[in-house]
Amino acid sequence: MLIDWFTVGAQTLNFIILVWLMKRFLYQPILHALDAREKHIATELANADAKQAEAQRERDEFQQKNKEFDQQHAALLRQATDEAKVERQRLLDEARKAADDLSAKRQERLRNDARNLNQVISLRAQQEVFAIARKVLTDLATTSLEERMGEMFAHRLQEMDGEAKAGLAEALKTKSDPALVRSAFDLPAEQRATIQNALNETFSAEIRVRFETAPKLISGIELSTNGLKVAWSIADYLASLEKGVGELLQEKDIPVTKADTQPEEPQS
Amino acid sequence: MRLSPDEIIFWQHGFLKLNATILFTWGLMFVLTVGAKLITRNFSTGLKRTRWQNLVEIIVSAIEKQIEDVGLSHPRNYLGFLGTLFLFVAVASLCTVIPGYEPPTGSLSTTAALALCVFVAVPFFGIKEQGVGNYLKSYMEPTFIMLPFNLISEISRTLALAVRLFGNMMSGAMIIAILLTITPFIFPIVMTMLGLLTGMVQAYIFSILAAVYIAAATRVRKSKPEPEAQNIEA
Repeated sequence: MLIDWFTVGAQTLNFIILVWLMKRFLYQPILHALDAREKHIATELANADAKQAEAQRERDEFQQKNKEFDQQHAALLRQATDEAKVERQRLLDEARKAADDLSAKRQERLRNDARNLNQVISLRAQQEVFAIARKVLTDLATTSLEERMGEMFAHRLQEMDGEAKAGLAEALKTKSDPALVRSAFDLPAEQRATIQNALNETFSAEIRVRFETAPKLISGIELSTNGLKVAWSIADYLASLEKGVGELLQEKDIPVTKADTQPEEPQS
Repeated sequence: MRLSPDEIIFWQHGFLKLNATILFTWGLMFVLTVGAKLITRNFSTGLKRTRWQNLVEIIVSAIEKQIEDVGLSHPRNYLGFLGTLFLFVAVASLCTVIPGYEPPTGSLSTTAALALCVFVAVPFFGIKEQGVGNYLKSYMEPTFIMLPFNLISEISRTLALAVRLFGNMMSGAMIIAILLTITPFIFPIVMTMLGLLTGMVQAYIFSILAAVYIAAATRVRKSKPEPEAQNIEA
């Protein structure tokens, strides 16, 4: 008999025990180890994924920031360029204005200089003419200039044309105050008498006169009453001289002014 | 002429006896258990592991994968039973290289015991998975006329399991024994090597057939009967 039933039972029992032993000592530890490793790997992969995602997110964020920074940078640069352009324009305008002002001032100064020169020339000419005239008159007629002036004034009074004479006479008559005779210097008594006589003769009446000294008259004599005036002075001659000198200086000024107001080329 | 190690009896007391089959089975159980204990003693759960651990893990993973391929959706439930079947038969065959060793699987009593275990395990897992009613109904598939044939098939395949393994293991040992008397030097070694191969194949066939039977029993009723098992049996 090939089958021994006791052995069959014993082997069945043995096999069941072996199954339990294998489960206990082989499969469970191995499956546990496999599961633990799988879990470990899965965790690590998940971590890696998370880290990668994090890295990706940070990279995106960085790129975004970089982009924003670039845009900001470009905007700032553009703004700075615009501001610089505006500032440059402003500075150029200021410089141009300053140059214009300077030029204007220079012209003004030149004009002042010319005016001063004119005055100096006028004064000098006046003094010279006065001195020459005084000398000539002294030398020639042995009379003082003042005498001659008095005579000249008297002469002019007498030679006045009819209309002017009538107007003046009317004014002198209607005026209650004495007529005012102003001279650049104190008239001596003779002169005063000569003028008084000339007035009396000219207007055929007793004219009351008040004498006054006015240095601005420049070697001259002037009769004024009720708004009307008769005068003789070297200032008349000097005025024509002054006019001539003024025209001469103006002619000199023009080319200088033109040269000053040339516009400056803007620098880029 | 000795056909089975059952015949070598070391001790007997009435019905009880201690023969070579039981003794060698104990030896194998001891070796397997101690080996398993030694291998899994310093198991690491991290990424670094020893070569031994790697080998054992590969074997267990391969068994698990094989069970899954057969059609069992939760291989871990069956790993203890099917894996132990495979390991026991395979180690029993491998140990034939040790002189004086008699494979317990060369005894019809052992193979019958294993086949009986499968015979019990199939309805056990089938009922566990589908419930008693559904499992019993599966014997009347496709019609109730098939009931006797299904029962015959159940018994005959258990018988076939037992006899197939016994025949292969016994014949291997027998051929070597006969060859030793005729050409005692080179040829038995070649035959032993062939025997090792046969033993491995038998271990595979035995456990895979058990897996297929269990898979057929646990499968949902609508599915067709397994053609795979038929092919392997043929």
